[in-house]
Amino acid sequence: MGAVNTSGAPGAPDTVSASGAAGTVSRVNGPLVEVDGLAGAAMFELVELGPHRLSGEVVSLRGAHATVQAYEYTGGLAPGHRAERRGAPLSALLGPHLLGGVFDGLLRPLDGAGLWLDPAAPRPSPTDRAWEFAPLAEQGAVIGRGTALGAVRSGASPPYLVLSPGGEVSAIRRAGPCRAADPVAVVGGAEVTVERRRPVRRPLPYAARLDEMTPLTTGQRVIDLLLPVSLGGTVAVPGGFGTGKTVLLQQIAKWCDADVVVYVGCGERGNEMADVVAELAGMPDPRTGGRLADRTVVIANTSNMPMMARESSVYTGVTVAEHFRDMGYDAVVIADSTSRWAEARRELGSRSGALPAEEGYPADLASALAAFYERAGRVTTLGGRTGSVTIVGAVSPPGGDLTEPVTTLTQRFVRSQWTLDRDLAYARHYPAVSWSGSFARDADALAGVTPEGAARRARVTALLAEADRLTALAELVGAGTLPPHERVALLGGRLVREGLLQQSALSPTDAHCGPARTAALADALLAVVERAQALARQGVPVASIEDRDFSPLLRAKDAPEEEIPARRDAVLRELEAAR
Amino acid sequence: MTVWAPVEYTGVAELRGPLVLVRGVRGVGWDEYATIELESGERRHGLVLETDRDLAVVQVFEGTAGLRAEGTRVTFAGGPLRVPVGAGWLGRVCDGRGRPLDGGPPVLGAADAAVNGFPLNPTRREPPSEPVLTGISAVDALTTLVRGQKLAVFSSGGLPHLELAAQIAAQADTGGTAFAVVFAAIGLTHADAASVRDTLEERLAAGESALLLNLADDPVIERVLTPRLALTVAEYLAFELERHVLVVLADMTSYCEALREVSSARGEIPARRAYPGYLYSDLASLYERCGRVTGLAGSVTVLPVLTMPAGDITHPVPDLTGYITEGQILLSRDVPVYPHVDPLSSLSRMMRAGAGPGRTRPEHLDLAAQILAALARARQAAELAELVGESALGAVDRRYLAMAEAFTNVLLAQRRDEARSLDETFERAWRVVSVLPRRELSMLSPAALDAGYRERT
Repeated sequence: MGAVNTSGAPGAPDTVSASGAAGTVSRVNGPLVEVDGLAGAAMFELVELGPHRLSGEVVSLRGAHATVQAYEYTGGLAPGHRAERRGAPLSALLGPHLLGGVFDGLLRPLDGAGLWLDPAAPRPSPTDRAWEFAPLAEQGAVIGRGTALGAVRSGASPPYLVLSPGGEVSAIRRAGPCRAADPVAVVGGAEVTVERRRPVRRPLPYAARLDEMTPLTTGQRVIDLLLPVSLGGTVAVPGGFGTGKTVLLQQIAKWCDADVVVYVGCGERGNEMADVVAELAGMPDPRTGGRLADRTVVIANTSNMPMMARESSVYTGVTVAEHFRDMGYDAVVIADSTSRWAEARRELGSRSGALPAEEGYPADLASALAAFYERAGRVTTLGGRTGSVTIVGAVSPPGGDLTEPVTTLTQRFVRSQWTLDRDLAYARHYPAVSWSGSFARDADALAGVTPEGAARRARVTALLAEADRLTALAELVGAGTLPPHERVALLGGRLVREGLLQQSALSPTDAHCGPARTAALADALLAVVERAQALARQGVPVASIEDRDFSPLLRAKDAPEEEIPARRDAVLRELEAAR
Repeated sequence: MTVWAPVEYTGVAELRGPLVLVRGVRGVGWDEYATIELESGERRHGLVLETDRDLAVVQVFEGTAGLRAEGTRVTFAGGPLRVPVGAGWLGRVCDGRGRPLDGGPPVLGAADAAVNGFPLNPTRREPPSEPVLTGISAVDALTTLVRGQKLAVFSSGGLPHLELAAQIAAQADTGGTAFAVVFAAIGLTHADAASVRDTLEERLAAGESALLLNLADDPVIERVLTPRLALTVAEYLAFELERHVLVVLADMTSYCEALREVSSARGEIPARRAYPGYLYSDLASLYERCGRVTGLAGSVTVLPVLTMPAGDITHPVPDLTGYITEGQILLSRDVPVYPHVDPLSSLSRMMRAGAGPGRTRPEHLDLAAQILAALARARQAAELAELVGESALGAVDRRYLAMAEAFTNVLLAQRRDEARSLDETFERAWRVVSVLPRRELSMLSPAALDAGYRERT
């Protein structure tokens, strides 16, 4: 088995040709830069601007005149400066260095970059590290596109697979250390390196979409029980500020049972990103024994970092997820917040003088959102594996107004919506996911996986709906005037809200709740509510039922799972004492 | 050494609102600093908002009043605006552009820094974890301010938010470590500015504070610069001189109005309420300059103060601020006593990290949660009492009402010159919760109750 020839450049996909041709900057308006003399440039081709070679992307072309959105602060950039074509669209460097790393919106590593992100300062290269390569294909074999050629490992991360472009393997590297930029094989006459660049605005190809549903377990009871999401699904999480959106998303990033989590902080707070990174680094992954950080890729484009890199960061994030999907993994993209992405598009549209549509957003917002969420899905990869990309996108509606364009448009394209309710948050009911204002279009299909799950969900939903209706009534006429069975329904609603739906992100035992434990808690609460209803029907005074001590059950979420039946029985005995 | 005279441009093509459009320029970069000299010799200053071939659009901080197309000469500095930074700012009172108002010499610095700053690398940030004690019970007990946090004060016209901000600026400390306050007054009236200056007098004299005053009748566009100047000064104090710095920005609504004025003059497509579409990014570029850095002792804590027009929290200024800041302190007319903090609508997202064992008091988080939960229940009981009369309430609900009253009178109410120690705040907080029967206090551990709960005699 021969070593790989190391000469020649790795095959650059999607080359537009004529790299190096240069034009001249003619206008600078913040991130919007106009360039003359770029004849032959392609839409979305990268351009390097000015003496500091700030990168930007062509967003419109008129003859040789191009409009470029710059990804960096353009202070000092002047008309007359050189603008050089790069000959390729915006693409991200994908490789094993992604897992456990923190990157900016263009997927450049932030670990090791300077304290202050000065666009003129050089950035570290991620490619110096050595990885342990293990071949998975034989020399001389003819293998299809997307099949694994080899694997590299680091720590407890899921193995990173090097996928074939398809063809005959004429050479492959022996097992041993190699760097990400080194060729590891020659397939179909082309060299294959561990890392590769991929354009981010175009979905990576796959063989077929899969229809059957498998739940993604998030560890959050209100979601797993009432508003489940499937692998490959899409979720919008709208919520005004202070409704606990970021905490909920962080919980999902920590506890969902995906193989790879891509956390995109898109225009959000720097302190929060620091917190996410610190927490993931310190937290063990219960499934692999490694750190949670090892399965996570963090893309941190905080709100004070350049706006247009924020625009690209959601695409970068989903491209990373697709890349891991192609290795047969279940990847989850958490984008916090898609509203900031939409606002970045609005800002650029406004600067370039595009005619605004709703609320000043560009007219292509709906199609852009649809195309983004369509990159989710559970698929058969080109190499024949099964993998998925699930997208969870936060929406930050201005003024908490759920009728604004980003929320209403997103609603049309997602399978689930977890609406965060200000009144719940105000009452310190966390996670403040509204059970009545949210939807999960795959819930029935997912519940069908276990018949008792469907029944449980139906009973909890009915109980909550009844309690909500009666609460509204009781506010008008007073709870005391309601008949006994309705007062017990009110009590049941309270028990389910406090004992089941509320979940503390801070409690070490309660932060994550597995499916079995969620089911046990729900069943225990339903049994108690049923017994209370029976007692009320038998004429036991409802005030005496309400005065029972339900706290063992309400606190069961902090107790070990095996204790839940005993606590249920204690409360059932306590109820009997109401007679 | 040869000093090249900068090129002077005289081709003023257009004057519009706060903008000067200069023709015939060469090589002028975006966001470059410009000096505009009038015929009279008066100098004004500005920034390049757009450059288009030989045209530069300059916003003039001092406004364009009196400018003529003829005889006006514009020079460009060749780069974005830089300001001197260093300990020389401490003890000084300056205008919104940093020129002395205290009769002293111009502020000189050990170094200079770009007024826009650069984004702090998120991986170099240290999550905030220690409190800034403000001496205000309502803040220290329930919405603890944490070093490196940005916590907004939302208020309405007529409420004493400036007094509260000035009191916090005068009293705040970090328990013996080097501390400084940079107070940026943005669009304040003379009376308000004088009162802020009085309140900060001692701190200024002690060289622990810098005060930047942009007054209501000062040039409006200068307001775009004032908070940036304050933050640039603060960043140097924090990350070069390793002090804990509190930056108060008041009133941010005036800042946003200045931004809107520039945007409107440029004919930009307006977003909500005619504020520019980039208001979020712009506010974030200010507020996000707070933080701590791994391995450095200093911190920048930002306290933006804003008035909600017509008390509307969904107005773009409080709304976008709320999305960026890590919580808010809401002042409400419904709270009858100074400092008018509405505890149930206020929240410090960083409090979990900055309060509790080893930082303030071991029971702090539980005690705060208990007080808030009890106040929420008391509010429900009060609503019910409005319908059915207080006498129809149960005994427990009446105790909750008594607790809410004790909260207002014992813990919340505070004099405008009263700095409460943490001990005193906690002593009062325990007195408030002790109005409730002990068995109602389910959020406090038995040990904490044994130590703090006072049985009613």
